[in-house]
Amino acid sequence: MDFTFNEDQLALRDSVSRFLMKEAAPELLREIWETGGGRSPELRAKIAAQGMTGLSVPEPYGGLGMGDVDWSLITEELGYYAIPDSLADTACVATGVLCAVPGAEALRQQWLPRIADGSARVSIEHPVNPWVADAHLADLVLAFRTGEGGAVELHAVPGGELKRSAMASIDASRRLATLPQPLGASTRVLADAEAQAVADATLDRAAVAVAGQLVGLAQRMLDLSVDYAAQRKQFGKPIGAFQAVKHHLADVVTKIEFARPVLYRAALALQRGERHRAALVSHAKLACGDAAWTAARKGIQVHGASGYTWEVDLQMFMKRAWVLDAAWGDHAFHKARLAETLLRDDAPLGPAATLS
Amino acid sequence: MDLDFTPQQQAFRAEVRAWLHDNVPKKALASYDTHEGFEQHRAWEAKLAEGGYSSVIWPKALGGRGSDLIEWLIFEEEYHAADAPMRVNQNGILLLGPTLMEFGTAEQKVRFLPRMARCDDMWAQGWSEPNAGSDMANIASRAIRDGEEYVINGQKTWSTRAVFANWLFGLFRSDPQSVRHHGITYLLVPLDAKGITIRPIKALNGKEAFAEVFFDDVRVGAENRIGEEGQGWNVAMATAGFERGLLLRSPARFQRTAKRLVQLYRRHQATADRDPSIRADVLKAWMDAEAYNLASYYTVGRLAKGGRVGAEASTNKIFWSELDLQMHETAMRILGPRAELIDDPEVHDWLEGFLFAQAGPIYAGTNEIQRNIIAERVLGLPKS
Repeated sequence: MDFTFNEDQLALRDSVSRFLMKEAAPELLREIWETGGGRSPELRAKIAAQGMTGLSVPEPYGGLGMGDVDWSLITEELGYYAIPDSLADTACVATGVLCAVPGAEALRQQWLPRIADGSARVSIEHPVNPWVADAHLADLVLAFRTGEGGAVELHAVPGGELKRSAMASIDASRRLATLPQPLGASTRVLADAEAQAVADATLDRAAVAVAGQLVGLAQRMLDLSVDYAAQRKQFGKPIGAFQAVKHHLADVVTKIEFARPVLYRAALALQRGERHRAALVSHAKLACGDAAWTAARKGIQVHGASGYTWEVDLQMFMKRAWVLDAAWGDHAFHKARLAETLLRDDAPLGPAATLS
Repeated sequence: MDLDFTPQQQAFRAEVRAWLHDNVPKKALASYDTHEGFEQHRAWEAKLAEGGYSSVIWPKALGGRGSDLIEWLIFEEEYHAADAPMRVNQNGILLLGPTLMEFGTAEQKVRFLPRMARCDDMWAQGWSEPNAGSDMANIASRAIRDGEEYVINGQKTWSTRAVFANWLFGLFRSDPQSVRHHGITYLLVPLDAKGITIRPIKALNGKEAFAEVFFDDVRVGAENRIGEEGQGWNVAMATAGFERGLLLRSPARFQRTAKRLVQLYRRHQATADRDPSIRADVLKAWMDAEAYNLASYYTVGRLAKGGRVGAEASTNKIFWSELDLQMHETAMRILGPRAELIDDPEVHDWLEGFLFAQAGPIYAGTNEIQRNIIAERVLGLPKS
């Protein structure tokens, strides 16, 4: 029993953090918003050069073959720096899909090396999300569709062959689209129970990736708010000296402290394919979303009027937190899924129930 | 990262489970806030001590098991899963015990620790005073040196189960000129000493759960002082760190309550679902109890690797006390109008627990004080 990270995992997290601090400053992210595609090929190339696009890709295909537990620390950093690239979707979630499809060796040969070297972006369409993130730039779209009779199918479609209809998001770093055209047998790679199993695992992996970003966002909003509260003076002293302000920020610390271990537990459940995976993942998504929304609410209050401006960076992180909270399953979805597990006769209730 | 228990840990769990199965009282004990219940709990914990389970993390020589914190978590999981009684000897085991181990003389350790482990002595805490609650450094009770003795005058209050205990560990001002946390001395006082008057205070449940303790020229030998004269504040605070915060409320306790809450909800789902927020609150109770458990394993793991845990432990106190309150409030709402019927077997424990949960955000440092600690010592914000 050792519910901690090893030194290699922490060292990787630290190096990713240092890299993103330098290369993905808020000013740069704002510049990228103004570009047509909303994405920076230069930043993408630097991220790939760091090896981040190949973290999940198995070693034979040119990656590092890392698992969900490693990723949980990395997604926190992606959230902390509000990385606009749908990096986690491609490097973590889509890689997981490609590795999980039985008999799809040709697809793997074709796409995994390109994911690892950063030359391919992959978007994922899933019934739980109404829109597809970054579909406009996708080289490949992995689409889980509900086919005739209600069974799930997985399609693999080169992005250029798809009609994409863009949807504007309040988060300027989001690029959403609908993919209206029907897909037929020619693009189908998996059907029925096999497709359902991959769709379920994909949802869980993506939900954990988003949960990690949410708790990273919470930490960033806390840090920004602490800085502001220490510098901004009223009544002759920093507003951070007032208990009303202190208590707002202490509440955010508490939310984060009790969300992170839940995230790590869910990542481990995912990596080990545990029986209660779905409940543990939903818990992580809800807890991390709660931490992020609390950090946003308390953060804007502490920032006062300046927190309501376009100019102050808090807005970037708030908006990302607000929108990611409903991605890959909103609250209602995850609460319903948790209830399904907890209200069964064999629910994991009581001491030690979820540990073994 | 590895959540599998080692064969040794599994064997420890099996041993604890078997012992509890054979020894946990079949019939619920009376409330430990009554004379009758206090003695029942004391007898139960004396039996726990015979099994070596009074405090598993204590050294073997003192009646413990020499366990690490993972084994302690396992013990607590089994203890609460077995529905074993609430613990009555925590003041001694958790608050005074570690202080004696760190600052006591060899003679004091021999004199007090084995008797504490066996429940021969039951300890009350004498820290708070009428004008020293959250502002504990404001204590005014005096212990003035007179030869080989201290002469104590003053008043302590909110002293849990002092009506039933036979010893008190307290903080007293030994230098009358001193202010704040200077000039304070840590003394052990027998509660049958001449000059002591104990006046019970009834708690919300109508029972004499705590007391005021008055000192009128009470004489205590200097051999009952822990640490140096005037160093009492540092002695008291040195062991007030993370372990104590965690040990006070193990996660298993709340996971057991969350389980009972889910079961209560399922028994009354048809009526409870008239208010959809109840179901959401039941889920939240399970999630927060699970989060507290995971946070404990996460922290214990980092401590085992030599990590340090500081003021962020203050988040623990806030989290479990608010969780306990939220779970019991939800149970009250599920029980609806029946929730006031204290003799109803399904209601009784929830109602008692609901009343006790009201105290959680207040004792052991109010949650407002904890939030100040987090803001100042974790976030580095300026003092008020």
